[in-house]
Amino acid sequence: MSGHEFVAAFDDASGIDSHDDQTNIGEQTIAEMRQIMARYPEPRSALLPMLHLVQSVDGRISDAGVQICAELLGISTAQVNGVATFYTMYKRRPAGKHHVGVCTTTVCAVMGGDVLLDQMKEKLGIDEGETTPDGMFSLERLECNAACDFAPVMMVNWEFMDSMTPEKANALIDNLQAGREVHSTRGAHITSWAEAERVLAGFPDGLADEGPTAGPASLAGLQIAREKGWTAPVPPSPAAVDGGKPNER
Amino acid sequence: MSVDVLTPTLSDNWDQPDAWKIANYVARGGYEAARKAVGMDPDAIIGLVKDSGLRGRGGAGFPTGVKWSFIPQANPNPKYLVINCDESEPGTCKDVPMLMATPHTLVEGVIISSFAVRAHHAFIYVRGEVLHVIRRLQKAVADAYEAGYLGKGIFGTDYDLDVVVHAGAGAYICGEETALLDSLEGRRGQPRLRPPFPAVAGLYASPTVVNNAESIASVPAIVAKGAAWYKTMGTEKSAGSTLYSVSGHVKRPGQYEAPLGTTYRTLLDLAGGIRAGHQLKFFTPGGSSTPILTPDQLDVKLDYEGVAAAGSILGTKALQTFDETVSVVRTTLRWTEFYKHESCGKCTPCREGSWWLVQTLRNIEQGKGQEGDVEKMLDLCDNVSMKSFCTLADGFVANITSSIKYFREEFEAGYHTPAWELFPYEKSVYFPYERERITVSEGAGE
Repeated sequence: MSGHEFVAAFDDASGIDSHDDQTNIGEQTIAEMRQIMARYPEPRSALLPMLHLVQSVDGRISDAGVQICAELLGISTAQVNGVATFYTMYKRRPAGKHHVGVCTTTVCAVMGGDVLLDQMKEKLGIDEGETTPDGMFSLERLECNAACDFAPVMMVNWEFMDSMTPEKANALIDNLQAGREVHSTRGAHITSWAEAERVLAGFPDGLADEGPTAGPASLAGLQIAREKGWTAPVPPSPAAVDGGKPNER
Repeated sequence: MSVDVLTPTLSDNWDQPDAWKIANYVARGGYEAARKAVGMDPDAIIGLVKDSGLRGRGGAGFPTGVKWSFIPQANPNPKYLVINCDESEPGTCKDVPMLMATPHTLVEGVIISSFAVRAHHAFIYVRGEVLHVIRRLQKAVADAYEAGYLGKGIFGTDYDLDVVVHAGAGAYICGEETALLDSLEGRRGQPRLRPPFPAVAGLYASPTVVNNAESIASVPAIVAKGAAWYKTMGTEKSAGSTLYSVSGHVKRPGQYEAPLGTTYRTLLDLAGGIRAGHQLKFFTPGGSSTPILTPDQLDVKLDYEGVAAAGSILGTKALQTFDETVSVVRTTLRWTEFYKHESCGKCTPCREGSWWLVQTLRNIEQGKGQEGDVEKMLDLCDNVSMKSFCTLADGFVANITSSIKYFREEFEAGYHTPAWELFPYEKSVYFPYERERITVSEGAGE
């Protein structure tokens, strides 16, 4: 040892084991990657869904996954890595069985998201970007997830956990930890991060029919319209155009 | 003819059981507009959408029909339609509930719009972090194929159309149309220099229309009921019905579909007003990239012209609402951190400017700002604004400069006092739906 060990300038470099060449990708996954490529006029368009598939099989963006994507698409591993490191949903370190997100963009932050994130760190015993030693949970600070009317919002495996409170957040983790069935407030029952990634790769899991049509905040205006009898204007019917009784609206 | 305060059009079936299923959509007259459209002259559809006055609902407000007419039909390359469902602008939460409740409205709009621009391949680009929306869209597209509404010779005509649901992977910038196209090509989502515009050289360098989900979902009703009907809603230059998204310190946050030109005073009343015992401090009219407005502007007409005249932008009609407990330094910092995180890094003013502004704002939040920091931020904003390929940087500049314009003293207080001492953060915490909902929802639809 020279006493001059290299220290990475980027925090993100820590925890990634670049010597780990393990992979679960086999013939079936490669066949599925080819199916994805066939959906597009130009195969490279398949890269994002292919990387989602890599995560569903390997639990992370594995070096082997990068290599296979590059070979199938005829591009360099540098090009694949360039994409894999650009998008926040791709994880170089293994995510947990359940990937927990807490939105802390402004509306959620102010309404209680900051409180929830601190609480989740304490509850799970990990910092954002980390995974629990048992591999059960990973935690992420999210940017806006398009559910501001349900603030503060959490996500589990990219399913909505709307209108959260400290009590509900604790119960959510306890239920997941105990293996009880948990439902998204506006989606299906919670499966796992890896299974969610497979859906994002374009392989449906058959759960589209679970969950409600809409959540309560989505219906806030519509309920008032129904109570008041408010509707969009009724288009003139042929009879009205021909001199029939004018529309009362 | 007087028009009602709320005009549910896009949202009219959201309270129906299992509205996302194709049978229920068809039972309410769904796909009749698409069936009618594929029997029309494509140029007549473009004309109809132009006449309706429909303008882009993704923020820019460009007339949808005019955009379609820019597609050079003489170009021998394939034409593409790409739907932007990368809803990520802070405050914006309209497309997600729409696509979850009624994905077939979008699919029907895609059929009509693709036929109008002579595209045989359409892509629905959805942000990846909304799993159930993607499930519902995948199923809607699959069911539409099975019904013969997509695929070869749809509706018994000789017109072919393929639709792919494509999940993104986490990048706000992919809501910018040229970054979206790069992402859809399997690259890093970074904006392109224009010209050429996507209409001439978009996806795979071919003529491409990129439209917001709400814009395309508005098309079936226009085809079914006519351009004149659509224009009975809204104002002269901002026609139609639209989804206003109210969030923050109001009693009933949510989606309110109303004619364009509705004031925030009206929407705030419908939302039950500000939470009990508090007053409105400021709001955004159209997401975090639009300059903030104050209670003095409650009567501004929320249409493209009205909001512009008030010094802001209609944007995505995302009304984020904050009461008097909220520190403007805190909100400005948090939004700027968002833009720093989401800057793609391609253009130096945006990448470095957001980085520097976050550092300055963090100091101010902690009460460690230095005399002159406000002037320095305004100077930085001036150097960043309008100097990048896309408008991401203009978004954070709009937020910072408008926040300083209305609440300069709060930023200057940060030269000596932390924001959380002036505005204790715990006082802003609010759980509006706490009593109504618990963690576990009602079960499956069937």
